[in-house]
Amino acid sequence: MAKSPPQTEASKQGKGGRPIRVLIAKPGLDGHDRGAKVVARALRDAGMEVIYAGLRQTPEDIVAAAMEEDVDLIGLSILSGAHNVLIPRVLELLKERKATDVQVFAGGIIPDEDAAKLRKLGVRAIFGPGATLATIIETARSLAAKRVARA
Amino acid sequence: MKARLPAVAPRPSPRERATKTSPVAKRVLDGDMRALARLISDVEEGRPEAREVLRTLYPHTGNAPIVGISGPLGVGKSSLINQLLQHLRGKGKTVGVIAVDPSSPFSGGAVLGDRIRIERDPDDTGVFFRSMASRGHAGGVAQSTRDALRLLEAFGMDVLLVETVGSGQVDVEIHDIATTRVVVVVPHLGDEVQTLKAGLFEIADVFVVNKSELPGSERAVKDLQELAYLSVPRDGWTPRVVPTSAAQRTGISELWQAVEDHESAMRNGPGAEAGRKARAEQELRELLRERIERLAEEELGKEASWKTLLQEVVAKETDPYSAADRAFQELKRRI
Ligand SMILES: Nc1nc2c(ncn2[C@@H]2O[C@H](COP(=O)(O)OP(=O)(O)OP(=O)(O)O)[C@@H](O)[C@H]2O)c(=O)[nH]1
Ligand SMILES: [Mg+2]
Repeated sequence: MAKSPPQTEASKQGKGGRPIRVLIAKPGLDGHDRGAKVVARALRDAGMEVIYAGLRQTPEDIVAAAMEEDVDLIGLSILSGAHNVLIPRVLELLKERKATDVQVFAGGIIPDEDAAKLRKLGVRAIFGPGATLATIIETARSLAAKRVARA
Repeated sequence: MKARLPAVAPRPSPRERATKTSPVAKRVLDGDMRALARLISDVEEGRPEAREVLRTLYPHTGNAPIVGISGPLGVGKSSLINQLLQHLRGKGKTVGVIAVDPSSPFSGGAVLGDRIRIERDPDDTGVFFRSMASRGHAGGVAQSTRDALRLLEAFGMDVLLVETVGSGQVDVEIHDIATTRVVVVVPHLGDEVQTLKAGLFEIADVFVVNKSELPGSERAVKDLQELAYLSVPRDGWTPRVVPTSAAQRTGISELWQAVEDHESAMRNGPGAEAGRKARAEQELRELLRERIERLAEEELGKEASWKTLLQEVVAKETDPYSAADRAFQELKRRI
């Protein structure tokens, strides 16, 4: 008989006991996605299903993908400094779609004062370059648990 | 034996039945994208509510072509799907895509990266793309895929595409759901083609040699064509070989033409009935096997003698063959 993979309890905190589903995307026009890939792999190794949408995504692309993939979380990786435009737009589109239960976190170089503004707008967590993968995984898990509670 | 059927009231149309039995089913039929997305999640989890919805939507399914796109890692399956999307949207067809990737056997997690290759207008409701992890249960993902495709068709998609990496039993099971099975290779696959050759013609109706702008592609096309002519035609169909380049956007309409030719040959040809029967039988067997396994597991779990039996095998007082015999006899008595 086929065995299910050994899923830890924590990895099944998504809606209804399924694996947590996360969309990782890199909005904006700049460069490489090494950081986003590292996070994607770490979340996979923590038992999550990571939909990797890749580079140069518009906020519209990201939200459309999040809806189709029925994700619990959206993780945005930003280097370009365009976070003040792109992240609020993602939040706004989620609101338009009545999908504010989807939790958004961000990573990249985001100055403190901007980070505070983004948190107020609804970004649940922001990781600077110094954040450890363990912290990101833990945060992702607790955010997914929050989504279940709200659903 | 002929049973006399009782007189019945005129049957409600499928749509009437669906709307009566389930508001969620109605939302899918009405093109509610989020209802569709959530239902696919429910299907993946094997939720009984989802089965209920599928039951009512079933009459709306079974007519759209299902095109399986399979092949080794990195040959350009997703890039081809991207080109097919542009091609089909240009013809006014709506398209649903399921891309299946393996879950990690260690963590149960997965990185699903097929979306990277898809370029589309995010406001275009004529495309629905969903990534699916295999979640480690062999029959399970094939059934989830089948169910998700049915939801996509009920939602209104004219054409269904399924991407799988072409290795292993799970992939073959998913690939077999398709009404047209496309296998993608690239020039200079070399040894890989050699090892694929034996089984290749059993799992492909159309071969694609992608990256055909690269050297060696003519040779690869020729080799495959020779093999195709030598193979015994299945249901009157000889596998077609199509060179493409997803990068340079060539061969895409030829690929779609080959798919359509196969679809119409199967619809009207001598093998049509056999194909439908084979797919129906496979699904029915899988659904039953899943239930039988679950029933057996539950029954075994209830059995007090199970622990004793296990202990006997561990202590080497009994061999596993005799133990299995005893457990099986016990199970037969109880079920
Ligand atoms: N030269 C060339 N490269 C191509 C072509 N089609 C795809 N590629 C490249 O091949 C790589 C893999 O493409 P994908 O479409 O992701 O291939 P895939 O088969 O879906 O890959 P997996 O899903 O990971 O198995 C990418 O770098 C593409 O840009 C082509 O026609 N020519
Ligand atoms: Mg792919």
